[in-house]
Amino acid sequence: MRFCPGCGDHAILNSLQKAMAQLELSPSQTAVISGIGCSSRMPHYLSTYGFNTIHGRGAAIASGLKTSNPALSVWLMTGDGDCLAIGGNHFIHCLRRNVDLNIVLFNNRIYGLTKGQYSPTSPKGFVSKSSPFGTVERPFRPAELVMGARGTFFARTLDVDLQNTVECLVAAARHKGAAVVECLVNCVIFNNGAHNYIADREQRADHMITLRHGEKMIFGKNNDKGLVLDGFNLKVATIGENGITEADILVHDAHCADDTIHRKLALMEGPDMPVAVGVIRDVEEETYDEAVNRQIAEVQSNSKVHCFDQLALTAEHWEI
Amino acid sequence: MNVIEKNNVVIRFCGDSGDGMQLTGTMFSSLSAILGNEISTFPDFPAEIRAPQGTLGGVSGFQVNLGSADVHTPGDYADVLVAMNPAALKVNAKAVKKHGVIIVDIDSFGEKDLEKALYKTDNPFVELGLGEDMQIVPVALTSLTRESLKDSGMDNKSILRCKNMFALGVVCWLFERPIDKAVHFLEGKFGKKPDLLAANVRVLTDGFNYASNLHLSVSTFRVGATTELPHGTYTSINGNRATAWGLIAAAEKAAVRLFLGSYPITPATDIMQELAARKDVGAVVMQAEDEISGVCTAIGAAFGGCLAATSTSGPGLSLKSEAMGLAAIAELPFVLIDVQRGGPSTGMPTKTEQTDLLQAVFGRNGEAPLAVVAASDSANCFQYVYWAAKIALEHSTPVIFMSDTYLANGTSLWRLPKLADMPDIKPAYAPQQLAGHFNPALRDANLVRYWAPAGTEGMQHRNMGLERDSQLGTISTNPANHQVMTNLRAQKIANIAKSIPPLKVEGDADADTLLVGWGSTYGHLISAVKQLRKEGIKTALAHFNFICPLPLNTEDVLRSYKRVIVCELNNGQFARYLNGQFGGLTLERLNKVEGQPFKIQDIISKVKQ
Repeated sequence: MRFCPGCGDHAILNSLQKAMAQLELSPSQTAVISGIGCSSRMPHYLSTYGFNTIHGRGAAIASGLKTSNPALSVWLMTGDGDCLAIGGNHFIHCLRRNVDLNIVLFNNRIYGLTKGQYSPTSPKGFVSKSSPFGTVERPFRPAELVMGARGTFFARTLDVDLQNTVECLVAAARHKGAAVVECLVNCVIFNNGAHNYIADREQRADHMITLRHGEKMIFGKNNDKGLVLDGFNLKVATIGENGITEADILVHDAHCADDTIHRKLALMEGPDMPVAVGVIRDVEEETYDEAVNRQIAEVQSNSKVHCFDQLALTAEHWEI
Repeated sequence: MNVIEKNNVVIRFCGDSGDGMQLTGTMFSSLSAILGNEISTFPDFPAEIRAPQGTLGGVSGFQVNLGSADVHTPGDYADVLVAMNPAALKVNAKAVKKHGVIIVDIDSFGEKDLEKALYKTDNPFVELGLGEDMQIVPVALTSLTRESLKDSGMDNKSILRCKNMFALGVVCWLFERPIDKAVHFLEGKFGKKPDLLAANVRVLTDGFNYASNLHLSVSTFRVGATTELPHGTYTSINGNRATAWGLIAAAEKAAVRLFLGSYPITPATDIMQELAARKDVGAVVMQAEDEISGVCTAIGAAFGGCLAATSTSGPGLSLKSEAMGLAAIAELPFVLIDVQRGGPSTGMPTKTEQTDLLQAVFGRNGEAPLAVVAASDSANCFQYVYWAAKIALEHSTPVIFMSDTYLANGTSLWRLPKLADMPDIKPAYAPQQLAGHFNPALRDANLVRYWAPAGTEGMQHRNMGLERDSQLGTISTNPANHQVMTNLRAQKIANIAKSIPPLKVEGDADADTLLVGWGSTYGHLISAVKQLRKEGIKTALAHFNFICPLPLNTEDVLRSYKRVIVCELNNGQFARYLNGQFGGLTLERLNKVEGQPFKIQDIISKVKQ
């Protein structure tokens, strides 16, 4: 194991092993693909098929693998730099196509393996080795990118919240289509405390809401806070105040095709709103790999040509 | 009426890029082939889809050489030129032999037309120096086509689109080609549009009758059927289709799925399109979001047990370099098809060159050897991409297969093979007894690393772009181990030489001069050798299809001749490569980087120098 002591990746690995056990995946029928970065070491610590590839290209390699061999359970381990910077194009296109991949996006808002440069998710003004005066860039918000690319599944977890992480990984694996699980991971060396708004134990209950399909959006130390609609926006209300009862609190519908509310939930941030974790969006659509292979089967069942020798004779031919 | 009997005749069709010259040329070539001629064709068209009408930049050409023997190239110069407008005439005037026949659409030689083609006088023929030693045949193609279709109810634009068929009709008469075969082709093309079919057949027939009734004041040509080809079932095939079909055959022979991940790029796109249409034989095609994804999806498919390939051209080869390094260190079987075009950068996308050779052989970071194979005519793209796939699967390595615009778009005759007659392909699968204790350092006696596709029971392992321990297969940064692995990977590629055919020398065994070529220049080189020998100049040819590794007898061959001339369509890349492989060789060079194939005469002159 080569993760730094205290790195959030340990927790994700732990959750991943639990999830795979719970899913009863056969190691020989499972492939874990990764790019480059701290998170991309993950395949080395699992007993499945693994392929630690090149920077940013994991999504493309995993797409080719799943499309050509759809029986496999294919996982992609990637980070905020690997996935959203160098690999951004492959990431959005694999979501657009809805390739049936389970994508674990380790977001520590920093380049760790290259020792501390800002990443596409570092907040504006973030001071790092490559931004000594603070970044002047606007960050990506992964959920927005996923939904903008017409993603069918988005979940978020916090590294130390094992229970929710396992739940989300299992849900991602059961989802047919490209499933993104954004894991908020702490880089103890280069960006310690990046997710403190929710990682801090004292405040977590009031700053984090765990969403579950079909359940009320309630959170808080005393379970007395909830989300309600205020015009087109979401708002935190306290049950028992201003005439609000539990009945007024929104119920989470992860399966709703319209992603408006999903986006609003996923983009909530402090100081006024809690950060949402759990499965935020989970809608079914035909997957790319399924469609490709279905089309091949259809053509084959209607064709008179099934092999090379028959194909060759479809060319205009003559005897000499 | 005069009939000229010839062993071979070269004819060139040219016009605006919207004039249908490619279709006309293709049909005429196929007709000739069906009648027993050997053929070699070369389409030469601009990158613009529709350049401004009648301008020099928009001229599209199609040349075919047909004959009874020794047809190895589309020919240096045309016996017959069909020019649909003054721009086409201007661009191609120099490509016609002395005393050649030039058929022009005289309706398109008005003042404005001449202006668009930048003529300075009102007599284009004199201006171009096409004097009495040429046979100029003016035909009013436009008005005759209009006349032919006046009752068709078609609009003017659609009518004019048929004038290429009038020209084809005239040419069919000139070459004594019965037009019923041409009608058959048209049925294949327009079968679903009966009105269009009827119009094209009508114009074609009228063109033929017009020429035969008037006995246009030229001699007709008679070219006999081939006598030198072995009996068999033939078709004519272009290099891109032959490449696609070679992959299909290899996948079926190896009993694996065929996967192609590709991004559209001229002149390689047809390979992807052909395979996308071949779902009947189970080809899986992903049109990727970019070139990098094209190669990476294929690497993923190779990890999952497919015969995986990506097709591209120069700029795409550059973009794929990093991933090719991954395939090399991960030791995955995989074929990259590079259909070379004029470079650098975007260069001349529809023109031909051999300028990617050194990039293919060496163009990766680190010591990342792989195999390189090249086709040498359009039809044998089939055979050599099949070889590329065989090497990839049997030696667990990426292989670059090299074609180029000339091979990709040109056609040659191809004797239909049977899968049963093709060499076996036995992928280097990990032996079953390794289940449970497989590791990705294990190799066979030939140093080929075993292939255990994801999904194989009991062979789970971690593959990677990181250096691995030569025994354990796990990540290693040990200095001595890195040297061992570097040597292993190099030796694995070198060992391939033991399983490829030796270099063949054609021509005079006791010649002083050896011509050396690789890839698509074969036809021009062998034609030059044959002509030189006819003239009594002893010459030999060693032509390479296997570039890396080279055949085992390469050095012996190169050292057996006093004078060795390496001929290639670049600035000397193969010569440099050979010099790098074998010390102390003195190699003369014949190089050309004009985006066009050699002319046979270029080579003959060099030898006579």
